[in-house]
Amino acid sequence: MKDAELLIIGGGPAGLCAAISAAESGARVCIVERNKSLGGQLVKQTHMFFGSEKQYASTRGIDITNILLNKLNSYNNVEILTETSVVGMFEDGVVSVVHKEDNYYKIKPKAVIVATGAYEKSLAFPNNDLPGIYGAGAVQTLMNVHGVKPGERVLMVGAGNIGLIVSYQLMQAGVEVVAILDAAPKIGGYLVHASKIRRMGVPILTSHTVKEAVGKNYLEKAIISEIDNKFQPIEGTEKEFDVDVMCISVGLTPLNEMLAMRGCQMKYVSQLSGFVPVRNENYETTVENVFAAGDATGVEEASAAMVEGYLAGICAAAKIGYRPDNFDERKNDYVKQLDDLRSGPVGKHILAGIEQIVV
Amino acid sequence: MFEKTGIPSKEMIMEKFPSIDRINKGPVAVVECYKEIPCNPCQTACKFDAIKVGEDINNIPALNSDNCTGCAICLSKCPGLAIMVVDGSKSETTVQIKIPYEFLPLPNAGDIVKGLDREGKYIADVKVINVLNPKSFDRTPIITLEADREFLYDIRNIKVVS
Ligand SMILES: Cc1cc2nc3c(=O)[nH]c(=O)nc-3n(C[C@H](O)[C@H](O)[C@H](O)COP(=O)(O)OP(=O)(O)OC[C@H]3O[C@@H](n4cnc5c(N)ncnc54)[C@H](O)[C@@H]3O)c2cc1C
Ligand code: SF4
Ligand code: SF4
Repeated sequence: MKDAELLIIGGGPAGLCAAISAAESGARVCIVERNKSLGGQLVKQTHMFFGSEKQYASTRGIDITNILLNKLNSYNNVEILTETSVVGMFEDGVVSVVHKEDNYYKIKPKAVIVATGAYEKSLAFPNNDLPGIYGAGAVQTLMNVHGVKPGERVLMVGAGNIGLIVSYQLMQAGVEVVAILDAAPKIGGYLVHASKIRRMGVPILTSHTVKEAVGKNYLEKAIISEIDNKFQPIEGTEKEFDVDVMCISVGLTPLNEMLAMRGCQMKYVSQLSGFVPVRNENYETTVENVFAAGDATGVEEASAAMVEGYLAGICAAAKIGYRPDNFDERKNDYVKQLDDLRSGPVGKHILAGIEQIVV
Repeated sequence: MFEKTGIPSKEMIMEKFPSIDRINKGPVAVVECYKEIPCNPCQTACKFDAIKVGEDINNIPALNSDNCTGCAICLSKCPGLAIMVVDGSKSETTVQIKIPYEFLPLPNAGDIVKGLDREGKYIADVKVINVLNPKSFDRTPIITLEADREFLYDIRNIKVVS
């Protein structure tokens, strides 16, 4: 059994920022990350981020990782375990992990912050298992992390920010995007992103869905159709696209089974995109000393995930005895940053979700 | 329609353009950010106090065209690539347009490229006046184009044909 003071599960923006603020408070921090390197979703975001200066707005996601890692490296009370997955969290506070494929061991921390992010939703349609049909995250990883072109001609399914951004990045990689479609009557992502793609000549087809995929050994064709306001296909509106890739980007849902396993009270909140932990304003769940931050507490953005991480980090550290003198000042600053980020139309929706889980 | 297609209407575009008198005086920014999003690097980037988002970072940025020098610094800082600079002071028949452009191959000064509108439709051939890509632009090069005056409100993108 390995012992640790503050265990942080997940090394994405939320986990890294939690580690930075807890380490700054003086806590001994251990980050467990299942991938080879830290950064979470950031390592494939080649575009500039929104937000304000404090959340590194207008910096590219890939570069934000390095900014955060440099900060983290300035502390000597941080241990980083990569290629290590958390596979269980138990009632007695023990967390079990597996390093690489077969090295299982246990960790007994004083407090935990779960920052495991989110996973992609899938879409049901005939032949959706043909090779060439990917999740947007996979396409982005292939392209931006491994430098592999996923195909030649892509149909993007989903006009949220991720669908729009990945379409743009596909075009930057020299891949043709034939169209972006979305079942919703309006574009879900930021319109500045939509305009950016539209002026490259890519049509955005709202109120459309995939009827079926066609192909023998791999995707050769996609058939789509228009849908009415009850989301039912309208006969006679079918269109065909000769494509070798279909990229599914229909949203994310929080990845947090670990919290449910630990016994934290969970609640389904549509505005937060799935089951999320009930928590207090310090991001502590209903189980004492178990905290959560980032997309695992509700799908939002890296900007909010970072600030939530900082906030959860400082609160968790304080809870186990490392309360810095400027605790209130720092906490208030993080709370204000979150309020600012959430004060617009998109944020209102998130706030309506958060209201349902904060006790 | 904009929310269905991503293409702003002519009226929306015209509302964001400074007056033609201002454009004829010298370079000035056009900030095509139409919807409230939590974002304000345009304001942070501007050294001349010409773009204001304000206390609430969800506000739509407002341009003060009197303060704007057309320096184009904000173009490569805007994550939405929503800003361009137009300049009608150089000639009576043409205008200069500066746009951010993040694709390869980059054109070269002197090249003739295809000028596209906000729908990606071909409008007219345009001449590349210069291409700036210093480190400080962080991989968002800025292309200066020369186009016929009549296309001032239309040209917003280019296609480089090799
Ligand atoms: C295409 C795309 C574009 C985006 N663009 C923007 C943008 O422009 N601006 C913006 O603000 N946000 C953007 N986002 C959203 C942003 O990336 C996420 O909101 C953010 O990464 C969430 O941070 P996180 O730390 O909560 O989760 P993640 O970044 O997902 O990190 C979670 C980490 O936990 C690890 N993990 C999960 N389970 C375990 C386990 N059991 N054991 C160990 N480790 C585990 C994962 O490997 C991962 O590294 C974008 C997302 C995508 C996909
Ligand atoms: S062009 Fe220069 S002066 Fe004008 S708004 Fe942009 S940064 Fe400010
Ligand atoms: S930086 Fe660009 S996207 Fe952000 S508010 Fe300013 S104009 Fe809009």
